[in-house]
Amino acid sequence: MFTIQDYKKGQPRWCPGCGDHFFLASLHKAMAELGVPPYETAVISGIGCSSRLPYYVNTYAMQTIHGRAAAIATGAKVANPNLTIWQISGDGDGLAIGGNHFIHAMRRNIDLNMILLNNRIYGLTKGQYSPTSPRGFVSKSSPFGTVEDPFRPAELCFGARGRFFARAVATDAAGTVEVLKAAKQHKGASVCEILQNCVIFNNGVYDSIYKSEGRKKNAIYVKHGEPLIFGENNEFGLVQEGFGLKVVKIGENGITEKDILVHDAHCEDNTLQLKLAMMDNEHGFPVALGVIRDVEAPTYETAVAEQIEEVKGKKKYHNFMELLETNDIWEVK
Amino acid sequence: MAENLEVKELEQVVVRFSGDSGDGMQLAGNIFSTVSATIGNGISTFPDYPADIRAPQGSLTGVSGFQVHIGEGKVYTPGDKCDVLVAMNAAALKTQYKHAKPQATIIIDTDSFGPKDLEKAEFKTADYLAEMGIDEDRVVACPITKMVKDCLADSGMDNKAIMKCRNMFALGIVCWLFNRDVTLVENFLREKFAKKPQIAENNIKVVNAGFNYGHNTHAGVPATYRIESKNKVKGRYMDITGNKATAYGLIAAAEKAGMKLFLGSYPITPATDVLHELAKHKSLGVTTVQCEDEISGCASAVGASFAGAMAATSTSGPGVCLKSEAINLAVIDELPLVIIDVQRGGPSTGLPTKSEQTDLLQALYGRNGESPMPVIAATSPTDCFDAVYSAAKIAVEHLTPVLLLTDAYVANGSAAWKLPNIAELPEIHPHYAPESMKGNYTPYKRDEETLVRYWGIPGREGFTHILGGLEKDSDTGAISTDPENHDKMCRLRAGKVARIPVPDLEVLGDKDDAELLIVGFGGTAGHLYSAMEELRKKGHKVAAAQFKFINPLPKNTAEVLMKYKKVVVAEQNLGQLAAYLRAKVDGFVPYQFNQVKGQPFVVSELVESFEEIINK
Repeated sequence: MFTIQDYKKGQPRWCPGCGDHFFLASLHKAMAELGVPPYETAVISGIGCSSRLPYYVNTYAMQTIHGRAAAIATGAKVANPNLTIWQISGDGDGLAIGGNHFIHAMRRNIDLNMILLNNRIYGLTKGQYSPTSPRGFVSKSSPFGTVEDPFRPAELCFGARGRFFARAVATDAAGTVEVLKAAKQHKGASVCEILQNCVIFNNGVYDSIYKSEGRKKNAIYVKHGEPLIFGENNEFGLVQEGFGLKVVKIGENGITEKDILVHDAHCEDNTLQLKLAMMDNEHGFPVALGVIRDVEAPTYETAVAEQIEEVKGKKKYHNFMELLETNDIWEVK
Repeated sequence: MAENLEVKELEQVVVRFSGDSGDGMQLAGNIFSTVSATIGNGISTFPDYPADIRAPQGSLTGVSGFQVHIGEGKVYTPGDKCDVLVAMNAAALKTQYKHAKPQATIIIDTDSFGPKDLEKAEFKTADYLAEMGIDEDRVVACPITKMVKDCLADSGMDNKAIMKCRNMFALGIVCWLFNRDVTLVENFLREKFAKKPQIAENNIKVVNAGFNYGHNTHAGVPATYRIESKNKVKGRYMDITGNKATAYGLIAAAEKAGMKLFLGSYPITPATDVLHELAKHKSLGVTTVQCEDEISGCASAVGASFAGAMAATSTSGPGVCLKSEAINLAVIDELPLVIIDVQRGGPSTGLPTKSEQTDLLQALYGRNGESPMPVIAATSPTDCFDAVYSAAKIAVEHLTPVLLLTDAYVANGSAAWKLPNIAELPEIHPHYAPESMKGNYTPYKRDEETLVRYWGIPGREGFTHILGGLEKDSDTGAISTDPENHDKMCRLRAGKVARIPVPDLEVLGDKDDAELLIVGFGGTAGHLYSAMEELRKKGHKVAAAQFKFINPLPKNTAEVLMKYKKVVVAEQNLGQLAAYLRAKVDGFVPYQFNQVKGQPFVVSELVESFEEIINK
């Protein structure tokens, strides 16, 4: 058995109040609860504030180069499938410079726990807009506001055939630990979007849901098999209407709990899961937290290993000297 | 008539098969070289592909060639110009004739020289021979298409399939011309088409038809030829290209080291065959990942190395540009990695199918920071095996990325390879952390003598650690921005690479009293050696030394370079090795021979230039 202490290392150097502190504590807790030995765990990150995280875990770890964490983690997992790998990236690292590796890790469905710490800003380089900053966002590199639309991580993940997507708010320890554990238990590429506040350059970006009171009003915890109900007194629910979702009040207009949509994270078709993931306060919806999609599919590293075993059974050569004999050989006497 | 034809002995001969990309010239050339090797001739081959994906049939850009050099003893290059040119269509004659010697025999398929063919090949008149200034007496003009059609009329094959056998007719004529035993060709075809015996028999029928055509008509030539086999080295052989030898070397090294082989790669000409070859051998446990880009090809290999695999990534120059950041991560993390750069013409996309040696300085210096990395250059197709084996051995024993330079010429060229015995290959001992370090392991403790750190592999209890791209403390491995520490770490990393033992530079030829030392690196070895031999035959005192280990340089480098009055550094770039050697060896001022044509050196040109230097 391992305790939280077994996974802790060093003194984090993030700014006081940074969401990364909260997330790190939840990761340590999830690791201890999952019980994978530190020496069978690898934490691999790219570059950025959040990518400093591997220095604060007592496992095998690697802080790599900007954007490449998913690619490096892919090689590590294929070479050593017994490792449990946590790949840590921020929104710049994962979705800008590393966007290509992010989508291809999804598509291949390699068993990585891909953590996307999304603060919608570049912190380490001191305050430029990121690919998740909203249109019009004013920053040091966009003094008159950006003129581009952001990526929405869930949309990108689903578009790349992602089979697991979950979301948590960094300050919500229970919710974060829950999605991290679910991500580890899911076999295949799992993306956890962690909504995390940058106190220096983008303070307040998640204010409506950063504290538990706010989440009661403005967020919904989705759970597979349970009705999609939220509100301070669980008075609201989600129903399907036309091509979209709609918020309804239970008890009004004849709506009962039975009318409320039941969450199906295991549904192969991601249409409704995407709609859940896309909800935001601006459009009068709660922000969905928890495991939004969790669909099993063959994983890349397992398929690679299986193919090797299958071919070993079929081919007649199993070492280098036998390989030589498969060629056209002549003898000079 | 046939009985009286003279048979002349030749020391060596160069045959160039050329035709449309779909004409099967490579197969014909391959069979001719293999049957020659079977009887003990030396062989060296080189394919010349068009850069276009599939140029229009019969067009000038769609011509592909395959040159075969065979000799009574060892041959070192595919030869400058050919003694026999096979041109299967008008475009081939037009584009390939420049590769023929003035007195070369030209074999053409007259059925492919109709008005349309001539037009596509941009001939202006119907008298194409006169237009090119070719003497008719040297031409074996044969209606190959018609004869192949007649030969296979009853085979039940459709016209398209029949046309694909034209190459075998040409091969038959060449076999007759050089007195090759057709049964060897038959054996080859039966083996190659073991699963399609009917195809084998049809091809065999056509080869014999071609042979008989030569025999019965004398094909208008005054004599046929024979190349005996001399200085045979007994043993078992196969024909191998450089890329295949590279793949085989990685397989052998991983097996010898007891490691899993991982290749992360992205397709790129002319390196892709390394990926193709390794992807075939899953039964040996080889893992290949075709990545989303070059960056990921290298990054995944770095990850695999971190996780304990023997990791490699294969590419060409443009790919090295993209990989350099991940290579640098392996440099600072001190992780083993083999990077294979099959050089092609540059800069940028350059000449993707052509060969040069223009990535040397990129390999040595093309990364930010002080970034020392061993560089090795393979000297021939078969040397790719030994060179990549050395690279892999150095990588895992000294915990460093190693870059292997080959080039399109070496990678696609082939030669007879004496099969190695894995038991006799050098031992490989990865520098794993000893069990005694369990519990107190830090990743940057080093062997005091070699300066190599100890490798802790994820999964092993008691060795957890972090590696990173940030500078680390030389003792604890923790992040450090201390100025003294950084200076120390830069020197440690450089010192580690400098201490890697490499073999001495070997001097061939007149090593004691040469008037001129010819120096090169990598794939030009055969041409430079041949040039040296030519010059010696002419009575000059000449020596040659070819660099294979470039970083670190052999210990005797300065001694060799400064020993001779005149030294010429010959390379397929504008002077990269010369600049490097001048930086490394005080007072070294060589003559230079530089060519960047995308084509292999031409021995006769080398001889002429070197003679000028001797006579200065």
